[in-house]
Amino acid sequence: MEHTEPLLEVEDLTIGIRRRGRDDVRIVEDLSFAIDVGQRFGIVGESGSGKSLTLRAIAGLLPKGVEVLSGTIRYGGQDLAGMSAPARRKLMGPQIAMVFQEPMTALNPVVRVGEQIAEGPRRHLGLSRAAAVDLAVETMRRTGIPDPVRRLRAYPHELSGGLRQRVMIAMALSCSPRLLLCDEPTTALDVTVQHQVLQLIEELCEETGTALAFVTHDLAVVNQTCTDLAVMYSGHRVEAGPVKEVFREPRHPYTRGLLESAPDFDDPDRELVPIPGFPPNVAARPSGCPFAPRCRFAVEACTAAMPPQEDVGPGRTAACIRTHEIGAAVVGGEVAS
Amino acid sequence: MSTTAITNGASATAAPPVLRATGVGKRYQLPTTVVDRVRRSSRTALTALDGVDLELRRGEVLALVGESGSGKSTLAKVLVGSVTATSGTLEADGTPVRAKRGADTARRIQMVFQDPYSSLNPRISVGSMLSELLLLHRIVPRSEVRAESIRILGLVGLEEDALDAYPSQFSGGQRQRIAIARAIAVRPEVLIADEPVSALDVSVQATILELFARLRQELGLSILFVAHNLAVVQHLSDRVAVMYLGRIVEVAETAELFRNPRHPYTRALIDSIPRMGAESVNARLALQGDPPSPFDIPSGCRFHPRCPYAVDACRTTDPALGPVPVALGTAPAGDAHVAACIRADDLGDVDPLTEPAIEPDDPALTRPDVLLEPADPAPAGSAAAGPAPAAPDASDTLPHHQEEGTA
Repeated sequence: MEHTEPLLEVEDLTIGIRRRGRDDVRIVEDLSFAIDVGQRFGIVGESGSGKSLTLRAIAGLLPKGVEVLSGTIRYGGQDLAGMSAPARRKLMGPQIAMVFQEPMTALNPVVRVGEQIAEGPRRHLGLSRAAAVDLAVETMRRTGIPDPVRRLRAYPHELSGGLRQRVMIAMALSCSPRLLLCDEPTTALDVTVQHQVLQLIEELCEETGTALAFVTHDLAVVNQTCTDLAVMYSGHRVEAGPVKEVFREPRHPYTRGLLESAPDFDDPDRELVPIPGFPPNVAARPSGCPFAPRCRFAVEACTAAMPPQEDVGPGRTAACIRTHEIGAAVVGGEVAS
Repeated sequence: MSTTAITNGASATAAPPVLRATGVGKRYQLPTTVVDRVRRSSRTALTALDGVDLELRRGEVLALVGESGSGKSTLAKVLVGSVTATSGTLEADGTPVRAKRGADTARRIQMVFQDPYSSLNPRISVGSMLSELLLLHRIVPRSEVRAESIRILGLVGLEEDALDAYPSQFSGGQRQRIAIARAIAVRPEVLIADEPVSALDVSVQATILELFARLRQELGLSILFVAHNLAVVQHLSDRVAVMYLGRIVEVAETAELFRNPRHPYTRALIDSIPRMGAESVNARLALQGDPPSPFDIPSGCRFHPRCPYAVDACRTTDPALGPVPVALGTAPAGDAHVAACIRADDLGDVDPLTEPAIEPDDPALTRPDVLLEPADPAPAGSAAAGPAPAAPDASDTLPHHQEEGTA
């Protein structure tokens, strides 16, 4: 898989707000990652880290005023960022589809769900109304919606949260996309329903070979749905690699802090270690490493320049100048700062 | 962590619990429309709570968990007095609490809300918020209000300069500290926290959890902690009560409950937790279907339509909370671990992943009428595209249940 062209390649992507007479606000800065065909890729970070904006930039759904300032988003050889809106709309659906966090606000409340699911196939696959409805029923059945023929005629408010999210997933999958973008799809759901939805996403991706870009703040969810991940902090990719390896041996102090501050059900006696301080304001990011002010390993050199992506193992990188020093000691104990 | 708690049954009966609910029910009556009257429709009342018995012991952290709609927030509101129960009684320290609370009862039970962005008045500074409370409840004389406010802010880890600031000047974690400061300012005995960390980022969650643990130690607070994140619950609480559709279905000490869950719903909850240790979500058994509507509670055991262990009797018998065998600790039976399931005794050593507790020819397995998932799983499953029911392919994997059966 490494030799083939990745399905999606994001390179030096900077997303921000242009301001007249002043510096641009760079919310996401020089972000790069690639997703292979069929790969399940997680993007993890806290609120304000730019993870959702990155996903929206890929989908072409950036909020008004926020734009791609530089960099490329290549999908199948084309640069999405420089593409015209109509050309882009042709891709959204049959090639790239998105599942949003809040199904109640993402679905149209006055259109029956069957019609919402059938809209994509009619427009993109050129199906007749009847054929599109048949496909909608089939897709709803695949996503585990009970009694799909009857549910076709339901409005979103008549469905439970779990069913609504299944409708969203059915909409996204109706045109068999090759890349599924998920923006915290289970955050608004109960654990039992979350489990069902995650199971569904994993099964469907495996079945159809759809690649997944999964944004979440929940480390355990990433652990269970994705094979690889990128950890974002203040608009920067601070660490990337295979999920299991990153979690077993984090090589960036922020990743490590995240893991130490989250309660782990399988290790209840471990003491939680909060990360002191707050993320910086993206409009006034400190120079150098954005995590340096909160980092217990920070030295003077950390604030001098943005740390480069260090190679820390096969397929792994960490943006920390001290990663090689502290990496080895991570499992054992402290390194003097 | 649980060293301070006195949690065995015997000592609990000696000292009255700091808060006790007996048979608490809450029904919301909907307005009846003409159409309803013509149709003689009975779906006009929402049962949020249905005969809840719960006691909060002095100095403990009791977690209340369950899905949304299970009534856990309603119960929290009933306990704090912002919602009046339609039936049942409340006792604080052994004395009955009247529906209309006096200032002193109100002072003793305080609440922290989920969302610190909407629970603080944006136009009132932190200082005036605290001084209003301190004066209203006559906690300290007027001359000492400022000093006391500073002391309270110190308790929650904020500096003196926060006094003149407004909520909008703080981050989410700091706002939650302010909300906690407001609750503890009047020196309560009981703190009821409704999902206090759900709206916060992971790295901030830990600081607030730490704060709760410290306040419990320093102020001797008893805390009822409403939550849906079981990893958080496991970290903070001494005991856990599990709610389902307006009822408490299982109560036990935290370690005991997670080691030896006796109600099938508790099991399903535990199996649904996303984990750092497990391989993949598909390796585990998923609970099928959505919670039923509180307008239309199923007959018999209210969990039976979703329960993988349900037998015929479950459809007709409404089980009450009863003692079950205890796996951990020295506490004898009695009320150390209670569950509301007629099959609780059978479920002890059965691993839900390896052994479905029901025999394959059990009529309960072929009960299409009670399944909320597709009533015809066979046709959906025969097409290769159908999401296979989780049970069969999960039967050979049990990554996280190695420690089962220690009873």
